[in-house]
Amino acid sequence: MKEMNFLLAGVGGQGTLLASDVLADVGVRAGYDVKKSEVHGMAQRGGSVTSHVRWGDKVRSPLIGHGEVNYLLAFEKLEALRYVGMLRPGGVAIVGDQSIPPLSVSSGEDRYPDDERVGRTLRKVIERTHFIPSISLAEELGSARVHNIVLLGALSTFIEDVAPDTWLEAIEARVPERFLELNRRAFWTGREAVQPTIS
Amino acid sequence: MRVLLSGNEAIARGGYESGVRVAAGYPGTPSTEILETLVRYSGVYAEWAPNEKVAMDVAIGAAYAGSRAMAVMKHVGLNVAADAFFYAAMTGMEAGLVVVSADDPFMHSSQNEQDNRHYAKFARVPCLEPSDSQEAKELVGVALEISEEFDSPVLLRITTRIAHSYTLVELGERKVEERTEPPSYRIDRVKYVMVPANARRRHPIAEERIAELRTFAENFPYNRMEMNGRGLGIVTNGVAYQYAKEVFPQASFLRLGMTYPLPEKMVRDFAAQVERLIVVEELDPFIEEEIRLMGIGVEGKSIFPICGEFDPHLVRQSAIRAGLLPASEAVETREVEETKGLPMRPPLLCPGCPHRGLFVTTKKLDLVVNGDIGCYTLGFLPPLSALHTCGCMGASIGQAHGVSKAGIAQKHVAVIGDSTFFHAGLPALLNVAYNKSDTIVIILDNRTTAMTGHQEHPGTGVTLKGEQTKAVAVEDVAKAFGIKRVYTLDPYNLKEVESVLRDCLAADGPAVVISRRECALLPEARKAWRPIKVIEERCNGCGLCFGIGCAAIVKSERLDEKTGRAKAWIDPLLCTGCEICAQVCARKAILFREQMIEEGESS
Ligand SMILES: Cc1ncc(C[n+]2csc(CCOP(=O)(O)OP(=O)(O)O)c2C)c(N)n1
Repeated sequence: MKEMNFLLAGVGGQGTLLASDVLADVGVRAGYDVKKSEVHGMAQRGGSVTSHVRWGDKVRSPLIGHGEVNYLLAFEKLEALRYVGMLRPGGVAIVGDQSIPPLSVSSGEDRYPDDERVGRTLRKVIERTHFIPSISLAEELGSARVHNIVLLGALSTFIEDVAPDTWLEAIEARVPERFLELNRRAFWTGREAVQPTIS
Repeated sequence: MRVLLSGNEAIARGGYESGVRVAAGYPGTPSTEILETLVRYSGVYAEWAPNEKVAMDVAIGAAYAGSRAMAVMKHVGLNVAADAFFYAAMTGMEAGLVVVSADDPFMHSSQNEQDNRHYAKFARVPCLEPSDSQEAKELVGVALEISEEFDSPVLLRITTRIAHSYTLVELGERKVEERTEPPSYRIDRVKYVMVPANARRRHPIAEERIAELRTFAENFPYNRMEMNGRGLGIVTNGVAYQYAKEVFPQASFLRLGMTYPLPEKMVRDFAAQVERLIVVEELDPFIEEEIRLMGIGVEGKSIFPICGEFDPHLVRQSAIRAGLLPASEAVETREVEETKGLPMRPPLLCPGCPHRGLFVTTKKLDLVVNGDIGCYTLGFLPPLSALHTCGCMGASIGQAHGVSKAGIAQKHVAVIGDSTFFHAGLPALLNVAYNKSDTIVIILDNRTTAMTGHQEHPGTGVTLKGEQTKAVAVEDVAKAFGIKRVYTLDPYNLKEVESVLRDCLAADGPAVVISRRECALLPEARKAWRPIKVIEERCNGCGLCFGIGCAAIVKSERLDEKTGRAKAWIDPLLCTGCEICAQVCARKAILFREQMIEEGESS
């Protein structure tokens, strides 16, 4: 593999950083050179959080160049729109179904893009977008918090040369014992949630 | 064993492996995790000092006493510590001293993007720069060796991207013998007492040292030529090296791991072998100017920007514009109109932030406020717009004093956080008392250093190691300085805030107001979160509550029939129940916690 670039985008508190830790570790376990870089502003709650994860035989830059992302893993719909331009042609967006309105929206100055606009815009930029109802799936499993693992499960289906067990090992290394089963189920649920694309 | 480490974790590991015994610093993004990681290793003493100058003196003292030492700070921290850094450059030490400076291109969390390599040149100190975490770890040990060989502090300069990127690191063992008995202190008055006569002796030594380091740099293994195509030769450093390697796979490289002083012969040799010589470096044209001083033609900042942070895209686009790469090398990107102008997520005071209660009141009283650096700086944002200056740590109190001496009739108010107060506010408050102004100094005591991620400080009673220590009370300090009017209040209680501030405004002489309430994100405070709610029928959408700038209270879909304005709604997932909105509501439409309980009981 020459290189594989993942951009994770979400809002502070959504579990983006844990997901990027897992993803980087999966790359290491699969034998790749790996770099990971977190980009976030000040430490307040509710800001945009992005994380760049790169796997490859030899990775140079810790940041992914504009237009060079293979997989965009968005935990929130507005953030998906914000970063979709980072994808390369043929790239894939995996988008969780959560909306977290910024203050300017909830105070009535801005509008949060509706699902129709989100879908239309994403399709305009890339061929393959997968909306995953990650929150509702996670809630069905017992906790909305594992939506990040649901999304990782969905992502894992695209990386065919890495076995699901490798992903599970990386997840298990970071999750307390009593949540292991929940996280395993979240991962498999995410894998099943990916439908073949109809284009 | 190879593990993914951030640059900061790698520096801590490097400190441990290479036998650092004493480390001191003051929190500051992007450097904070270095000491937080280092303190967990056995055999290393690490502490938060009240400020960077103290931290630097502590590290220097340890190095004078024969222990390898490290001082850690963000770039602007070195301004605070500069005085100490300069004398250490004159005296040298008995054991290695590495000074870590974390610069912040793009100012992800800083007030400027100064390039601290200038400090190396300024003080005649060598400067090392890693390009990934592995090198960050190794260069700590290398810096200590250079420090000992050349009897000089060594500046290890990183940037945000190195500090906060994770790359693979090979772990090693700690290479230091544990002491069986305490070390002895070697006295050398001529070397260490920097009175003019001694300093005059030391200055030529510092100049000779840097000349010797120039020679040393020629064979320094972290300076290396990577020859490839001869059309383009790139001199580069730090993370910019990674970007350039990716963008110019055909070019030849001179990668500098030591950016001051430069290996002149190596640079000449490299320049002679390539047709076009460019420098790819973030921030200032530091290497570029050094090369130009050698009389060698070189380009750099005519191609790549001075301001901001690089990334592969920026380097590529700049290169194409300058004709270094053909336009066909551009990466295909897809700009879509619909993704422009999306609502942003700017930083805000968190729901439940105790600073809010203070600012709501200073705004109501229409006070001009000299501010400082910390979470509370965000009080400058609308709708509060309640803070009117922010320059550097500790500036607020001196400024407010100066404003009053300039003859402004209105009483002057300085607002400063607790950690910032202990950092640089103390002498400024002493000045208010000693030189007599009517300044009102408000200390926002949220019991932590919140902005950088909740570090301890002298007011909290706990050390970096987690040990109990004496907590200093700001009240006692203010009184000891001779300030008579000292108030302590709870910023969640708006009536109390207003009455205290009115008292201060009415009286003559300085006043200190301690606004004390734990940061809402601290574990103990979180346990007390109890969301409150709006009684929809009572709300007429007047919007007073929106004026407090809290993300938890927002416009709902429901409009008031008479006024047509959106009624307020409280997001129970965000609300902590600080009741500030409930206190500003003129229609008693927001329930207080107690009313919530009563309501719960009755329903
Ligand atoms: C010289 C210098 N050192 C460190 C920093 C990083 N820094 C910014 S604000 C801050 C302290 C904030 O703590 P406090 O004053 O208690 O306010 P809070 O964030 O808790 O409201 C620090 C350490 C800086 N900007 N300048």
